[in-house]
Amino acid sequence: MEAWMADLKSQFILNFIEKDRWRLLVDGLGNTLKITAAACLIGICIGIIIAIVRSTWDKNHLTMRPSLGKTLLGIANGICKLYLTVIRGTPVVVQLMITYYIIFASSRNSLAIAMLAFGINSGAYVAEIVRGGIMSIDEGQFEAGRSLGFNYVRTMQYIIIPQVFKNVLPTLANEFIVLIKETSVAGYVAIRDLTKAGDVIRGATYSPFMPLIGVALVYLIMVMFFTWLVGKLERRLRNSDH
Amino acid sequence: MTTDVLIKVDDLQKHFRDGKIKALDGVSTEIHKGEVVVVIGPSGSGKSTFLRCLNLLEVPTGGTITFDGVDITDPRCNINLHRQKMGMVFQHFNLFPHMTLLRNMTLAPMKLLGKSKEEAEAKAMELLGRVGLAERANAYPSQLSGGQKQRIAIVRALCMEPDVMLFDEPTSALDPEMVGEVLDVMKELAHEGMTMIVVTHEMGFAREVGNRVLFMADGKLVEEGSPTEIFEHPQSDRLRDFLSKVL
Repeated sequence: MEAWMADLKSQFILNFIEKDRWRLLVDGLGNTLKITAAACLIGICIGIIIAIVRSTWDKNHLTMRPSLGKTLLGIANGICKLYLTVIRGTPVVVQLMITYYIIFASSRNSLAIAMLAFGINSGAYVAEIVRGGIMSIDEGQFEAGRSLGFNYVRTMQYIIIPQVFKNVLPTLANEFIVLIKETSVAGYVAIRDLTKAGDVIRGATYSPFMPLIGVALVYLIMVMFFTWLVGKLERRLRNSDH
Repeated sequence: MTTDVLIKVDDLQKHFRDGKIKALDGVSTEIHKGEVVVVIGPSGSGKSTFLRCLNLLEVPTGGTITFDGVDITDPRCNINLHRQKMGMVFQHFNLFPHMTLLRNMTLAPMKLLGKSKEEAEAKAMELLGRVGLAERANAYPSQLSGGQKQRIAIVRALCMEPDVMLFDEPTSALDPEMVGEVLDVMKELAHEGMTMIVVTHEMGFAREVGNRVLFMADGKLVEEGSPTEIFEHPQSDRLRDFLSKVL
């Protein structure tokens, strides 16, 4: 037992203390959080736009008069559907590599590319969450807004989206938590994120246990923290449920 | 009563499924300024569709609606501007649940009419006072009873200072003891000279407040006339049959 403890201690020193290897993990965690935060923002922007296009089409295409607007909306809807199919139908790591090695082959700013790739990926999932939220708002809310004289966009902006946002916030926060873990494949495009940092330490010390379990614990703690935060948020939204 | 025509409806059609279902089948009428027109008829007769066509919440498949001299069924017409002048009250209130009552009432005047916050709030508070809900200005819709919600919905529409108010079965979703308070607000509005078009099942209201009653059945305007003509001297079998069931 004592020998085991001593071994654990020396392992810990070797993997984290020696040569300041813990710094690798801290820097990696920084990259992981940066990618997640930026991808989250990009994803929400893309998601809301696509959700509005898709739900506008779904709600109105049967009653719209044939016009240029309808044609353009139909095309936009088609593009959105294609995007959703492709993004949700392929693994994120493949999308990441395509973005890095093919689309932005001339750029080596891998952090920005990863933010974009994860953002585009997340956007597809956010779009479906937000679209569900829009479709669940009572049609009467649209009609009340329109009957006051608001146009479609303003009705969305003032009346529908604020309600949707409140309804889907917990689900969106969960998407964010999933995103944290998904960024662990960023190492594929030469980014030293948290996972890659653990792997680099493993490669240097030839002892896998400490760095990998350490990395796993950091993810777990982050996810538990954000889950707790989402729970708190959800309770607050319920309390102010007017 | 003046004879200025505010809304002219000509051969209004609303078909669904390529004309297999005719919700409105050639309705023509005129609404004059200051008039209270009550639309009655059995369910499925098209009376709600008729009302919703007037501000184009339902887009008619044929015919024209002229509001204030403008053909609003023309696709080139900006319906949003005309809707500002047509207040609408719904069966299910449709208050904005994420806003206080005051915000519900001031949003459109501030954003669409360019009123200042103070101006819009002063007007809203005055109207809230008139319907006896001034002290609830900062409450949220979910904290109100059905009757209170509908009174707020009425004054929310009034905040836009409309030329005409459209009521789509305003008391049908209310508990019976709350119908009176909403009808009282509507009566007061009628006495002030507001032009009103009311789809309702409240025959008492139609008789007492209506200047003119339209009876609709199967998408057609079957009979129209003063409340006395409609209720005391019905001409068609269809109306006699309807009245025998509801009175």
